Amino acid sequence: MSIRKYKVLLFTFALIVSAIVILIPFIWMITTSFMRSGESFSYPPRFMPRHFTLEQYEILFQRLHFTRNFLNSLAVASLLTLSSLTVNSLAGFAFAKYVFKGKRTLFSTFLATMAVPGQVGMLPVFLILRNLGLLNTYWALILPGTFSAFSIFFFRQYMITIPNDLIDSARIDGCSDFRIYWQIILPLTRPALVTLGLFTFLGTWNDFMWPLIVMNKDSMYTLPVALANLMGEHAPDTELMMAGSVVTTLPIMILFLLLQKSYITGLIAGSLKE
Amino acid sequence: MLRSGRGLLSKTIANAPYLFLTPSLLLLIIFFVIPVLAAFFMSFTDFDIYSIANLKYARFVGLKNYLNLFSDPLFWKSLLNTLYFLVVAGPLTIFVALISAIFLNSKLVRFKSLLRLSYFAPVVATLVAVSVVWRYIYDPRFGLLNYALSFVGVHARDWLSDPVWAMPAIILFAVWKNFGYTMMIFLAGLQTIPNTLYEAAEVDGAGTLQKFWKITVPMLAPTTLFVTVVTLIGYLQLFAEPFIMTGGGPMNSTLSIVLLMYREGFRYWKMGYATAIAFVLAGIILILTLIEMRIQSQGKQT
Repeated sequence: MSIRKYKVLLFTFALIVSAIVILIPFIWMITTSFMRSGESFSYPPRFMPRHFTLEQYEILFQRLHFTRNFLNSLAVASLLTLSSLTVNSLAGFAFAKYVFKGKRTLFSTFLATMAVPGQVGMLPVFLILRNLGLLNTYWALILPGTFSAFSIFFFRQYMITIPNDLIDSARIDGCSDFRIYWQIILPLTRPALVTLGLFTFLGTWNDFMWPLIVMNKDSMYTLPVALANLMGEHAPDTELMMAGSVVTTLPIMILFLLLQKSYITGLIAGSLKE
Repeated sequence: MLRSGRGLLSKTIANAPYLFLTPSLLLLIIFFVIPVLAAFFMSFTDFDIYSIANLKYARFVGLKNYLNLFSDPLFWKSLLNTLYFLVVAGPLTIFVALISAIFLNSKLVRFKSLLRLSYFAPVVATLVAVSVVWRYIYDPRFGLLNYALSFVGVHARDWLSDPVWAMPAIILFAVWKNFGYTMMIFLAGLQTIPNTLYEAAEVDGAGTLQKFWKITVPMLAPTTLFVTVVTLIGYLQLFAEPFIMTGGGPMNSTLSIVLLMYREGFRYWKMGYATAIAFVLAGIILILTLIEMRIQSQGKQT
């Protein structure tokens, strides 16, 4: 073997070992979730269940609220993704393809919101939702989460590249502005829709602080809040906690695996915005 | 009107952009502009649980919240903790990301996409779920960390209950969770460096290290600036990790600014005080952003 081949082997081997180390928490989480209660209290730590069991999942879904919590997460993430894509693509379209009064001011105001951390408005938004009677409803997560300056910017950058000729000819054919958006712009914006949809869905699914604040009933918790709450009551039940973690994080990781290409493309495009 | 709509003006066309902007503008006003302004006023009042029931109970107290804040040892503790986290976890995350990106970019590595995906997996995982998992990894008796360390002769330790070690434990977790994101951006940056630069350097007899310092590092400078600011701003908002793993303890050694704000605002309902904390946080983030813009504009001039 040549020196080069040795190097390839050595480098690849080292990186595979690091990858395994990085993945160990996930592997351990999954295997422990199939153990019987108390089985993980062993030294040296066990990696494989002695008797494969689903009893932890039965507790989560039958005795606790995890079925409901799962549906909450799914519903909120889907609805928020839908509303965010609609609202922000409309705004992106306006900024990309129209000339109008106040455009520059409005656009820079939108962008400036990105510099303000979300925590600043949290207390007043909480009070607004409380006064509207929207705490413990999906609205409490959907309404404040829909506007996204990042999404608007991303849509604008994408839509600017769509040739104006397409719009002109549609207009000559008598297309209304909304139909141009709906039938010409949106289909051509598909990659951006997929990327931002995925970002929004993942971000909403994984979000913790805001749902923790506006949801305070077991039946309205999203998965991360339900899991944090479970921790308060069942911290010593390692196997149960691992099953809860699997239910919370595995669906979203599988979704990412299926759509990873558009996620990573979008991530990189987002970093090159300046 | 449409930028290219030569002579096809009509009333509906002129109104269209405003109509398209209405939903986002409304949401922006109701859930951003008004709340931020309200928060600003609230930070000068003694807004508390009684004021929630009736606004009349909120009194203007001037700078009292801010003055109390700066004389509150707990606030300084949380600020220092957050800065400790920032100053150690930030550079560490970027360093690990850069090293992994360089290795993954090397022609000497196989199975690249699979490896890249493995390193990126923690980024998409749910923060709360993996914080829970790591809490058990740090378990003093049955945890994987103590077990792994026993092979190199390090004694078992109760990482998360030790005021000295709790923050380093959270830092290690944060690096694991986040470096994959920065790595992806570095990888994209590395791919924009033209190979001819390295080839020319080789002709001139440059070694691996020289090529790294003279080509890779300067060419990655804009990328590094971007990821540094993104990472630092993200880390300033440390919350779920201590919430799940330590609850801010032991002895407040992992209490972060946002965790303090959450407690004061949503546990003790001292909302005036909590908004003052939020504005201090916003001020720090603003300064960071301004520094970034400053460096960026200097970079463009030269």
